[in-house]
Amino acid sequence: MAAPVRIFLLVLLLLGPGGWGRAEPPRDSLREELVITPLPSGDVAATFQFRTCWEWVSHYRLFPKALGQLISKYSLRELHLSLTQGFWRTRYWGTPFLQAPSGAELWAWFQDTVTDVDESWKELSNVLSGIFCASLNFIDSTNTVTPTASFKPLGLANGTDHSFLRYAVLPREVVCTENLTPWKKLLPCSSKAGLSVLLKADRLFHTSYHSQAVHIRPVCRNARCTSVSWELRQTLSVVFDAFVTGQGKKDWSLFRMFSRTLTEPCPLASESRVYVDVTSYGQDNETLEVYPPPLTTYQDVILGTRKTYAVYDLLDAAVVSNSRSLNIQLKWKRPPENGYIHYQPAQDRMQPHLLEMLIQLPASSITKVSIQFERALLKWTEYTPDPNHGFYVSPSVLSALVPSVVAAKPGDWEESPLFNSLFPVSDSSSYFVRLYTEPLLVSLPTPDFSMPYNVVCLTCTVVAVCYGSFYNLLTRTFQIEEPRKGGLVKRLANLIRRARGVPPL
Amino acid sequence: MGLLSDPVRRRALARLVLRLNAPLCVLSYVAGIAWFLALAFPPLTQRTYMSENAMGSTMVEEQFAGGDRARSLARDFAAHRRKSGALPVAWLERTMRSVGLEVYTQSFSRKLPFPDETHERYMVSGINVYGILRAPRAASTESLVLTVPCGPDSTNSQAVGLMLALAAHSGQIYWAKDIIFLVTEHDLLGTEAWLEAYHDVNITGMQSSPLQGRAGAIQAAVALELSSDVVTSLDVAVEGLNGQLPNLDLLNLFQTFCQKGGLLCTLQGKLQPQDWTSIDGPLQSVQTLLLMVLQQASGRPHGAHGLFLRYRVEALTLRGINSFRQYKYDLVAVGKALEGMFRKLNHLLERLHQSFFFYLLPALSRFVSIGLYMPAAGFLLLVLGLKALELWMQLHEAGVGPEEAGENPPHPLTQGVGLASLVAPLLVSQAMGLALYILPVLGQHVATQHFPVAEAEAVVLTLLAIYAAGLALPHNTHRVVSTQAPDRGWMALKLVALIYLALQLACITLTNFSLGFLLAASMVPAAAITKPSGPRALYAALLVLTSPAATLLGSLFLWRELQEAPLSLTEGWQLFLATLAQGVLEHHTYGALLFPLLALGLYPCWLLFWNVLFWK
Repeated sequence: MAAPVRIFLLVLLLLGPGGWGRAEPPRDSLREELVITPLPSGDVAATFQFRTCWEWVSHYRLFPKALGQLISKYSLRELHLSLTQGFWRTRYWGTPFLQAPSGAELWAWFQDTVTDVDESWKELSNVLSGIFCASLNFIDSTNTVTPTASFKPLGLANGTDHSFLRYAVLPREVVCTENLTPWKKLLPCSSKAGLSVLLKADRLFHTSYHSQAVHIRPVCRNARCTSVSWELRQTLSVVFDAFVTGQGKKDWSLFRMFSRTLTEPCPLASESRVYVDVTSYGQDNETLEVYPPPLTTYQDVILGTRKTYAVYDLLDAAVVSNSRSLNIQLKWKRPPENGYIHYQPAQDRMQPHLLEMLIQLPASSITKVSIQFERALLKWTEYTPDPNHGFYVSPSVLSALVPSVVAAKPGDWEESPLFNSLFPVSDSSSYFVRLYTEPLLVSLPTPDFSMPYNVVCLTCTVVAVCYGSFYNLLTRTFQIEEPRKGGLVKRLANLIRRARGVPPL
Repeated sequence: MGLLSDPVRRRALARLVLRLNAPLCVLSYVAGIAWFLALAFPPLTQRTYMSENAMGSTMVEEQFAGGDRARSLARDFAAHRRKSGALPVAWLERTMRSVGLEVYTQSFSRKLPFPDETHERYMVSGINVYGILRAPRAASTESLVLTVPCGPDSTNSQAVGLMLALAAHSGQIYWAKDIIFLVTEHDLLGTEAWLEAYHDVNITGMQSSPLQGRAGAIQAAVALELSSDVVTSLDVAVEGLNGQLPNLDLLNLFQTFCQKGGLLCTLQGKLQPQDWTSIDGPLQSVQTLLLMVLQQASGRPHGAHGLFLRYRVEALTLRGINSFRQYKYDLVAVGKALEGMFRKLNHLLERLHQSFFFYLLPALSRFVSIGLYMPAAGFLLLVLGLKALELWMQLHEAGVGPEEAGENPPHPLTQGVGLASLVAPLLVSQAMGLALYILPVLGQHVATQHFPVAEAEAVVLTLLAIYAAGLALPHNTHRVVSTQAPDRGWMALKLVALIYLALQLACITLTNFSLGFLLAASMVPAAAITKPSGPRALYAALLVLTSPAATLLGSLFLWRELQEAPLSLTEGWQLFLATLAQGVLEHHTYGALLFPLLALGLYPCWLLFWNVLFWK
């Protein structure tokens, strides 16, 4: 009994110091938020987050029933699903609030009451595939791994037995409107009011980067953590290419990006805010102009740097327009970690390779991790319809706890904006970063499934048929045998035949 | 099989082979050469056609109009280059960044095995600059490359200008693959350094800094060489390292845009014949075909694209030439063709694989597929097979009747004698080949110390000296060879040499038809008729004239003749020496296989025939 309690306490620590503000949120609640960040490259990133809290498990008010039933049926503890098109260019855009690999990523923690985790995982991926119209049903044992170090529960957890974790990536998955529509339908206001009116498919899919995700996890309901509620976060990040949409200018407006403006808040939301990054660095002489001028500003340490955000509370009624971009720079320091290597070799057609390394990177250095592999021929039924496109290797994951440049003041976790509160941090002097590399396209040896291939097959068959005869011809010596008169039996038979008047043998 | 296992019919067949051997050989050789020449004529050449669906049916509209911008960028580039004397890296970085590319540089250095006198370089170090245009909604898994190789002497500034103007024009939403715009210094050496770093391999001992920016698997590449604002025609080069060719669909794509834009396009610098019905068209295409065969047989990359092919990246080089005065196209026309090609390549769902990888081109719109040209080499190799069969039968007395067979000594004895006497000549000739391969580069410093020659000259002269020294080989091996059954001795040696030659040529033909065919056409007759009796001087002259080095010299004369720039004898000799040096250098810098193939494979084999000729 002692062990769970200790872990419980540890997790409490992880969730961050400070009180949780409201004493007893009585009912399901919805918070929605949009962060607009002008990126160093001149592009503009927009990050939507919708957080629905489910208090009374058995009664559905704001929480989508489809997901609620999923949680109870498969005894889920946490579920994280992201669908991404494009690649976040960290070098040019800075660190993202929400990280996701290209394609589809799904990872889930199951309750320790689940007996057959693999079976539940398979069923879960099939159900999710139906809910989000994505090809998640292609997740099977060949692309599922159980990481032991890089993935920790993001929510409340009593125990981190990694045998209840499953992780899979489908790098080839393409995201399109059919995935966005079911995602939007999970929102309490759908796309009728509030921030979600901005989610117009034709604009969202005309961007350089698009990533939508669903995170479900248990969180504490109050500061003392006497009861637990389920939190559903729906996030969507897009990057608008300023050069294309703004004709080379860095100006932007909500209307120019989304071809919609915000008119009314979602009546079901308890909080509905737009944050605009207006951090002034004084490095260049670009003046900043936001229209209409914000009523309040919000300052905090985000991802290790002090940022200033202009806040527009939609519940206060405000309409947003112009601003200009800025230069943001992130400094990297070395993360203090100890060495750890976990390698799980693959079994052909059963499970993939898993290599996890905990390494301490020296400052301003290049670390290269290389894996040698052999190109092998697949079985002929295993080739995809487009084998010459190549085969994808999933992106690798880099998780790090990076020390903050500026010490953040311990904030109110429940009250802080959503974009700052997805990843739990143990103390305020560091922040969590997860980066994904781009997927790799490897071309395997592919037989030419056309005429020459048939010719090779035919030739091999002919050679195989002729082999025996040729072998005989080359190894045996032939001698001419003179026809003999015949044995005693034959002579006797011929005598009898002659007597009967029948021609001899 | 019954035909061969029946002793009576087998004997009849053997008699036929023995009696008709000489006519059959002549017939087969003539058939091979005739078949090859017939490849340029319509029943054997087919019209090219686009096989890749992703590029065939879809149409694109080219909107490139940055001709003035390209010209001004080219002028700027040329001015900066003159000022700094090297590649203006800072200017290129600035310009690329200003048109919205992610810009990276790569520095590399390479010490050549000996000074390259043709390009005047020895210790090479340079910087490659490349910019990546990121496709908006793609995860950088696939990319296309447009590369401009800049040599120290080449005037490729117009190509740089056009490339930058295209990059500025390309910031569009429709790209699904990243595009890499690459400017390499020291032409092919820079390209080799970049490619090795991109694929994180080190094949040739190039030292280079790692690449900071990548864009996934490269699907196709186009190298551009322009030397003036106005070109009269675009020449396309396909032959790559070791005779590798890009997929025919890439060439078809280029040809499509030539026709669409009304550009004049040439192959091997030759216009397409218009009239296929009269004799002139096919005659012209025979010339083009021969030029391509010579170019492919040389195994040297005919442009920067040649190095991409090793990494299974389909690539070709477009070269602006100024030889047909009646036509003139400016950079806009070339830019439109390039834009169209890249937009169609952007549509690709798979790597180019539908069309042919092995083909010969008698004209830009005509090709000969592998099934049609292989018989030509097959007929030539059949001569070796027939000769070997004859020798085998003579050795085993299979051709004579069973009543005579009893008078001869039993087989195992003859075979034993034959094989023991073969070991020495085989070993010595292989050792000569090894010396030819290793000593010239290894001994260049010794040579320069003792003789008044430069390193490059030393290498070439050592090469020739060792080659000629090989001819003294028969006198060296005489004492080793046993004197028993002298006739059987040379027959066994010739048999082994014939089989060895046939095997080598067959293997070469499979990978590089042109090289295999050229070598077969020159080496087979002498190899077939060589024997220690008869007019020895004549045989010796024939053998020397068809040795690998003489074939190379002859090919050089033929090549310049076909290019309508005939060589005089001294010029030819100078070019021959330069080519030898280039061949050795290309083996060390790019990994071209012609030099080791000749030194380690064909030269020892040819020495065996020389040995047969002087057998005592």
